[in-house]
Amino acid sequence: MQPVVEIRDLTKSYRRGGQTVPVLSDIDLVIASGDFVGLMGPSGSGKSTLLNLIAGIDKPDSGMLRVVGVDITTLSESELADWRAQNVGFIFQFYNLMPVLTAFENVELPLFLTSLSAGERRHHVNTALEMVGLGDRMEHYPSELSGGQQQRVAIARAIITDPTILVADEPTGDLDRVSAEEILTLMERMNDELGKTIIMVTHDPHAAGRAHSIKRLDKGVLQDGER
Amino acid sequence: MHLIKLIFRNTLRHKLRTGLTMVGLVVAILSFGLLQTVVDAWYAGAEGAAPDRLITRNAVSLMVPLPLHYREKIRSVDGVKAVAAANWFAGVYQDPKNFFPQFAVEPAYFSMFPEYRIPDAQFRAFFRDRQGALVGRKLAQTYGFRVGDVVPLKGTIFPGTWTFVVRGIYDGADAKTDTSQFFFHWDYLNETVKARTPALANRIGIFIVQIADVDRAAEVSEEVDALFRNSPAETLTETEKAFQIGFVRQTEAILIAVRIVSFLVIFIILAVMANTMAMTARERRGEYATLKTLGFGGGFLAALIFGESLAIAVIGSLVGVALTFPVAEWFASEMGTLFPVFEVSRETVMLQGACALAVGTAAALFPARRAIRVRIVDGLRAIG
Repeated sequence: MQPVVEIRDLTKSYRRGGQTVPVLSDIDLVIASGDFVGLMGPSGSGKSTLLNLIAGIDKPDSGMLRVVGVDITTLSESELADWRAQNVGFIFQFYNLMPVLTAFENVELPLFLTSLSAGERRHHVNTALEMVGLGDRMEHYPSELSGGQQQRVAIARAIITDPTILVADEPTGDLDRVSAEEILTLMERMNDELGKTIIMVTHDPHAAGRAHSIKRLDKGVLQDGER
Repeated sequence: MHLIKLIFRNTLRHKLRTGLTMVGLVVAILSFGLLQTVVDAWYAGAEGAAPDRLITRNAVSLMVPLPLHYREKIRSVDGVKAVAAANWFAGVYQDPKNFFPQFAVEPAYFSMFPEYRIPDAQFRAFFRDRQGALVGRKLAQTYGFRVGDVVPLKGTIFPGTWTFVVRGIYDGADAKTDTSQFFFHWDYLNETVKARTPALANRIGIFIVQIADVDRAAEVSEEVDALFRNSPAETLTETEKAFQIGFVRQTEAILIAVRIVSFLVIFIILAVMANTMAMTARERRGEYATLKTLGFGGGFLAALIFGESLAIAVIGSLVGVALTFPVAEWFASEMGTLFPVFEVSRETVMLQGACALAVGTAAALFPARRAIRVRIVDGLRAIG
């Protein structure tokens, strides 16, 4: 399998109150295409930071970070924005849907950055919402949907541009057990049926158990010996 | 389309907040328009002045009269077409608060002011009656004067009670013409004064001088004043516009205050709008970060914020401008003849629109800058 993510000697630190706080140290990581990786670790271990770096919404201090064949550390802000729009689908803990847009419009949003016609966009959105089981909720606003349903809309939005990678930051963190199971099953389907590479940050061992492999971070250092 | 849809729905997201901001904007634009119209009304006399009319008055002060015999000397100046004497009367109609301008004028006066439209029959009736008076349409409407009515005025400069009969009602050629004046025969004034207080007879307040060539206004003015140089009553001749502006200048401090207040109102609503937009942008920090995450650039976020701010400003200003006209009309009617011309000008409407656009743009500047600059990871932290 071709690697989708290649990370070597990656470091990242933040400045807080005039002090430099290291967050990630000498990270080496390779994720193969089609993999489903769970990123675990205690709070403050740097797992969300690592996810943000892989997704191109943050920049490392040093090291090599090649994602989908592109060294994204060399890209400008606008190049990174275009790159994210084409290659990465995002699933957030709190869904991050636009409250003033319907489920259909939320899923359609990323397609406005493409050259698809209105008819093509409609077809794509219908297919994505059917796939996540919300074909009958297209005109509903987020406030009219349950947490599980909102997260399914977010998943439909994440896959709508057919990205190579899906990054998920605590995707079940705000859901009850039943809804969490539904979301994890849906993510498994995205991985199995659509071949999406999924990188999921989670605290929940049960959720992590659905991943093919688990990477554990502790104090900014990637631990060895996980499956 | 999606951008407009987002702007529209975001604008209506907090209906109460948007509504209150809009009400503030409507009140500000309306107040600004009214105050600007008050300033315009102050200058209305100067705006309505004709370039071929000069005013000759005593160089010492408008309060000091000129001898009647100056009229013929002025008429002899090359370039002078006609001369008419006029006196400010300052009579009180029933109550001192019922102020309106009253002038005793010579017949030639009306040929110099073609903007006063008087029906021929009424004009003839006015000249037939020594005590006849011509009143403007606005004045007639304010006090209910009709042709044939007897109007008594109590003189303040010229003592005694004076009785006039309304023989005609004149209209203005356009909305800028002052129709709040009261004219009567100068001969009636002078003959009565001659009988009552002979010392005050044959005294003229101002001469209105009509010239043949407007390009020679300065030259003719100079020649008229030269006639009376080193005499006991030297003259000051100037264009009608300069004469009117001279009046306005006496109250310029008030006008400056009105202007400052009108722009202060706009500044206050700018602060309110800026606060609204800042609150809005702060609340939506997470949404902006999400949009950035999905690949939307800073330009899109700026368009969202500017669009919402301008939408509120444009709607508020449209309502404000629309309300300015009926409110100005009501204001003018309440003020009676204090403002002879009280019209919302096209310039005022354009200024109202420009102020609203400036407020909408300025209010969005800081929030848009912050939204563009915020790091995605910081913005996403605001959610949850």
